[in-house]
Order: sequence, then C-alpha cells, then structure tokens
Amino acid sequence: MGTFSDNGSAHEHLIRDLAGDLEPVRRLRPPAVRAFGWLAFVAVIGVALARFGDLPALEGRLSASPDMWLSVAGSVMTAVLAALAAFQLSLPDANRAWALLPLPAALLWVTASGLGCLRAWLVPGTHVAELTEARDCLMFIIAISIPLSILMFMMLRRACSLQPGLTAAIAGLATAAAAATLLNFFHPFDAAATDLAVHACAIAVVVVASWAFSGRLLSTIS
Amino acid sequence: MVHPTVRAVPIDFPLSTDLFCVDPAALAGHRGRSVSKPEIIKRTMAKSIADEAVAERDRHWSALMVAAQAGESAAYEELLRQCVPFIKNVARRRNIAADRTDDVVQDVLLTIHRARHTYDPSRSFIAWLRVIADRRAIDLVRRTLRQELREVHAPLAFENHADETADPARGVSHADDATTVSRVLESLPVRQREAVQYLVLEEHSLADTSVLTRRSKVSLKVNLHRALKALRGRLERAE
Repeated sequence: MGTFSDNGSAHEHLIRDLAGDLEPVRRLRPPAVRAFGWLAFVAVIGVALARFGDLPALEGRLSASPDMWLSVAGSVMTAVLAALAAFQLSLPDANRAWALLPLPAALLWVTASGLGCLRAWLVPGTHVAELTEARDCLMFIIAISIPLSILMFMMLRRACSLQPGLTAAIAGLATAAAAATLLNFFHPFDAAATDLAVHACAIAVVVVASWAFSGRLLSTIS
Repeated sequence: MVHPTVRAVPIDFPLSTDLFCVDPAALAGHRGRSVSKPEIIKRTMAKSIADEAVAERDRHWSALMVAAQAGESAAYEELLRQCVPFIKNVARRRNIAADRTDDVVQDVLLTIHRARHTYDPSRSFIAWLRVIADRRAIDLVRRTLRQELREVHAPLAFENHADETADPARGVSHADDATTVSRVLESLPVRQREAVQYLVLEEHSLADTSVLTRRSKVSLKVNLHRALKALRGRLERAE
C-alpha cells in the first residue's frame, strides 16, 4: 500500500467530525426492489381507477385495434424500465448508461401511438378526440403524475444521486408513462394527431418539470 | 538601381549526423528483443501480487464500511483516513490543481458520509469510491470553469475602482450601522456567529472554514443561512 501512505492530516478535523456524528444506518434496498415498490403503488392506483373507468369500451378498443396493444405495452414497459433506471441512477456510483434502458420501450410506445394516429386519419367514422377531450387528457396525465412523482422523489431522495438532473428526467419519464397508461381507462377514442401531440406535450411537461426541480428535489452536498 | 544578387547556396545536411542517427543495432535490439520466459513469469507474478494487494485492500475497506454502517466510529474514522490518499490520486488523474485537491477530498468525504447507506457489501468498495471521487472531481472542474467564465481575477483593478456613490457623510452612519450589526451578531448562537465570522466577514472558503471550525460544510451552510435570516429579522426590528 505504498502509494496510499498519506495520513490525510489536513482533513483530520472533518474526519473526526464525521466519525463523531456517526449513527447506524439501514442499508438501502436494491434498486429493483425499490422500483417494484413504486410500481406496486402505481398498480394500486390503477386498480382504484379501473373501478371508475369504462372497461368495456377499453376492451372493445383493444380487441378492435391490435396496435393499441402495442401502444399500451410500450407505455407499460416504458414506465417499468424508466422506474428501474431511475432507481439505479439514484445510486452515487450508477452508470449513466442506465438512462438508455427505457428508450426502446419508449420508441415502441411512440411508434404504436403514431400508427393509431394514422388509422384515425385513414379509417372513416373513427371518433377523433376534440380539443376539450385533448385538454382533459393533458390535465389527467399531469394530475396523476403529481402523486406518482411525489412518491418517486421521496424514494429517490433516500439514495444519494450524483447526477440529479438525469435521474429526475428519467423518473419524470416513468411517472408520465405510468400516468399515460392509466389514462387508457378513460380514453374511449383513438389518438388523433392533435391528441398524440397533447400526450407528448403532457409527458414533456412532466419530464422537464422533474428535471428543472432536480436540484431541489434530489439535492446532495454541493 | 542594382539589385543584390541572391544566390542559392547548397547546404550539406547529411542525415548521418548524431542528431538524426539511429543506431540500427540498438533499434533491432529493441524491436527484436524477445522477452525471456523468466521475465514473463516475473512480470506475471508482480502483476498478480499487485492485484492481490488491491483485492486485499478492497476487502479491508469493505469490512470497515460494513462496520461503519453498523455505527462503529473507530472503523469509520480509519476508513476515511485511508481513503484520503486514494481520493487525491483520483483528483490528480482528473488534472485537478494541487490547491483544489483538498476541496475534492472534502466533497468526497462528505458524499461518503451522506451515501454510506447506499454501499452494498457484495460489491467492490474501491469501485464505489472511485466513481464517487471521479464525479466529485468533475463537478469541481465544471464549477471552476463556470466561475472563470463569470469572474475575472483583477485585484488591482478592484482596488483602484472609484466608488461613484461615495459620500463622506456616510462614514458616520456606517459607523452606527457597524455597531448595530456587531451588537446583533454578538446575540447569535456560537455556531451561527462563527459561520458569519469566517464565511462572510473574513471571506474564508467553505473548505477552509470547515477545517478551522471543525464543522462539516453542510452544517456551516445551514448555520449561515439561519444566521442571515436571524440577522435580517433583528436588524429590521432595530430600525
């Protein structure tokens, strides 16, 4: 250990201060377990909302248009993978590459939603969302994202992220994807271009807001 | 007008001078030298011993960290002390200026303290520490660059700059104000007073103040914030 022979005397005060204040700590659970906990909360909200949602309409839409399955699967996978990535990134030694994990699922989600949008143009008689319905979608995604984000950030704060901006942005993606998935219970029409744009806008608002507040929400020692 | 004639003079510049000469024998010897078998064994053993030493240190530090997580101060103190040279090495590799290395060390020590519950003993402690030290060093480089973009270090220009709002009559009121501030400052708790004294009045850096007062940077920031809030309130009441 010849290279590491420095006694660090210049930092003695700080070391003694830190050691003096030492208290036992409960080790953080693995990121996958913590992500599962958050997803369980989302599932509980989903079950609660399903009681008020139009399930027969949802079933009809899913059976009539197979691309809806892909879209829903894409948003669910984005929520799951983004949650896992966010909890991984919240660790101080996390690799930034975790941020790429939800991207393929997000791509599937966007592509499948785009296909649904095309169908709405091509098939006559398809009910297309009006402006008020699109506005409701925006409000729903943002409103549901708030409690999901609060829980997510409370859990993320338990860790000690050294890349808070990236962690918060991916956490925002997870909450927005989960909220967009839950929106399907109350979305008995196909996504038109305007509707899709509103969804994208709502998701962007959640992600950007999470990123913008990352300094306060996930502050570490500066 | 007669122009001077310029003549091209051939310069004899043989490549065989000492400057450019490469001894073919030496070159052949260097390139063509095959490493002997004992040499390979020796090098392999040396690498193996070094790897084993690192692995041993990793196990030791990991055990100390597990003890620290359980609340053993002595183990924690030993661990932090042993980590300091390692952090300095990481900072040097990131080309941190020698006078800023201690800032990186302090930041990393505080981060270890804050993040100690995130360490998983089934993983390498050295790898965990290296990433933290690396990130903190990069943060410092970014902070320094941002600061250099915003600020210019020109002490003479600062001293020579005339105060356009200077008013001789203000001296008296300044003296009164200073007395009031001193009185209010005296009424603050010791920790808050120290934070104002070192960080604001004497303009010490956070790292220096941390060493001088034996308090963590977080504690100093919190106390300074509280002190300023208290001062504001009391001075408003005093007016």
